[in-house]
Amino acid sequence: MAEMTREDGPPSASGRRAFLGDLAAACVGTPLLLGAVKLTDLLAAPAAQGAYDAAEHWYGMGVDVERCIGCARCVVACKTENDVPEEPHFFNTWIERYLIRNDGEVEVQSPNGGIDGFAPLEDPGSVRRTFFVPKLCNHCENPPCVQVCPVGATFITEDGVILVDEGYCIGCRYCVQACPYGARYIHPEKHVAGKCTFCYHRLRGGRLPACVEVCPTGARIFGEVEGRPTPLSRFMRFNDLQILKPNLNTKPKVYYSNLDYEVS
Amino acid sequence: MQGYIYPNEFELQWSLLVVLYPYLTGLVAGAFILASLERVFNVKEVQPTYRLALLTALAFLIVAPLPLLAHLGHPERSYEIFMTPNRQSAMAMFGFVYAWYLMVVLLLEIWFDYRRDLVLWARAGHGWMRWVRYALTLGATDLSPKALRFDDSVGRWITVIGIPSAFLLHGYVGFIFGSIKANPWWSSVLMPVVFLFSAIVSGIALVLVIYMVTTLVRWKPLDMACLDKLAQFLFYALVVDFSLEALDFIHRLYEAEESIGILSLMIENRLFISLIVLQVLMGTLIPLVALALVSPGLRRGGFVRTPPELRQLIYLAVAVLIQIGIFSIRWNVVIGGQLFSKSLRGLTVYKVELFGVEGLAMTIGLLILPFVILWGLVKIVPPWEESAPAEPGVEAAG
Repeated sequence: MAEMTREDGPPSASGRRAFLGDLAAACVGTPLLLGAVKLTDLLAAPAAQGAYDAAEHWYGMGVDVERCIGCARCVVACKTENDVPEEPHFFNTWIERYLIRNDGEVEVQSPNGGIDGFAPLEDPGSVRRTFFVPKLCNHCENPPCVQVCPVGATFITEDGVILVDEGYCIGCRYCVQACPYGARYIHPEKHVAGKCTFCYHRLRGGRLPACVEVCPTGARIFGEVEGRPTPLSRFMRFNDLQILKPNLNTKPKVYYSNLDYEVS
Repeated sequence: MQGYIYPNEFELQWSLLVVLYPYLTGLVAGAFILASLERVFNVKEVQPTYRLALLTALAFLIVAPLPLLAHLGHPERSYEIFMTPNRQSAMAMFGFVYAWYLMVVLLLEIWFDYRRDLVLWARAGHGWMRWVRYALTLGATDLSPKALRFDDSVGRWITVIGIPSAFLLHGYVGFIFGSIKANPWWSSVLMPVVFLFSAIVSGIALVLVIYMVTTLVRWKPLDMACLDKLAQFLFYALVVDFSLEALDFIHRLYEAEESIGILSLMIENRLFISLIVLQVLMGTLIPLVALALVSPGLRRGGFVRTPPELRQLIYLAVAVLIQIGIFSIRWNVVIGGQLFSKSLRGLTVYKVELFGVEGLAMTIGLLILPFVILWGLVKIVPPWEESAPAEPGVEAAG
């Protein structure tokens, strides 16, 4: 299964861009040709009218643990793209390195979310396995953060993305407490909850999340969770999948393949 | 830091101020339940503390939301909790539970209880206090027997409604923590009940301290029957509270879920002083033994016969120890729940800052403030027996 995935793996970022570009051109061009839409209407409201229908999407992400090399380019790209504070301890996404010794002892590290690189292995002879795990908001279908927000400032969009209304959040931090994955923080300047948005601003423009786009090995796979011919649905078809903390019934939409049971 | 914690977990989210919040609401609920003992259950011995307990509850209730407000990232948006509450959120109910308790229960009960006295004080008094008291009557100056009977029966009914409301107020605070499934230290169905009984314990102990101190400061004799009764109820509440806490502890230990390792490590390394020493030993076991021996909780007159003066001292010491213990409980819940990583692989630390909005100075200030408010309330509506106005003559309605 795993080999099959590698061969049939997701198309390269540039390929995807081209494809999405073509798709967008087709979406705009065909009705124009057919005379159904006036060009002036499109120019007047380029994004609002019909260009993006949230109801047609249900987004998720796949993470192939075996492909992650721990370069943390995704972490840097995310911080740049989403105005995440530069200093450590504020992350929309981060990379953990798991190191399992022969005696079963587990060491986990994430120095500056992975940006600072990982220290060389001590006593390599005693290492049974080591691997990297990218972490981010799981954009749960049953999100505890949304449940607890007292004012409804954090919400789930029609296309399945968990967002925070920064102009509405009162900064009570209840959502940070309720997230089992440590995926939220309080923005030190804005004093509101911060988190991964799947780069929602990019999605609505037909682009991929920044972390997915920069990943050099295609360890992150983005797309539709349900029944559409996207890289994610292909990934979900050809891999054994795991989710984080399934016992909590949060129904995450970040699906991992090749994940060890030690990961929490 | 010890082991691995998620990168976003370096900053502790809920600080000392959030420890203060359940501590204060607990005192409110406990003091009110003590007051209701006299009013609804006719425990006449505790009558000297009835009004004092009500005023104490009010003073602490006024301060209770302040630490939360100071803690918010955007306090100027806090009104949104009332305007657009998320009905799924436990926290969204805070405003409504608070408003209900303040407006419908406490203020109304105090008003009906004091209305007669306010009218008489206003008539007999002079200066600006006269006008303050007259204003507080809200113009309802009818002292006919029918009106007074109405006051009494409404007051009683409000107390009857007030008891479940007090349970709601503090049980609800426990639910805010107990319903967080992401946090194994908090997530427990027992949490609201444990909060409630620790609230009753803390409220009785607080009123006991305030009663003793205010009586001694006024050079009045302490009512020993009242103190013994308070100590007796304190003992019972403490037994239930400790049993529930022990049940929770044993249950966790016996189930030994995946979090048991990190939680044990946390108790050994981070919470030893605040949990084992302050909460269990000093705040619970020593008071339990002391009260079992000298109070009439288990045996009329106590197992060890003590002169009243010594018993008073023991009660005072026990009540102070209990306050320390209950504050430690709040600390261990709120801070303890954030000292371990949700990855269950590491522990973090919490350093209390001295100054600043969430610092120690602010916390001490917010702990003193209820006493300042109580002092003001006592000036306007004295709860002491000797301050009660003389019996009015026969009055016509109106």
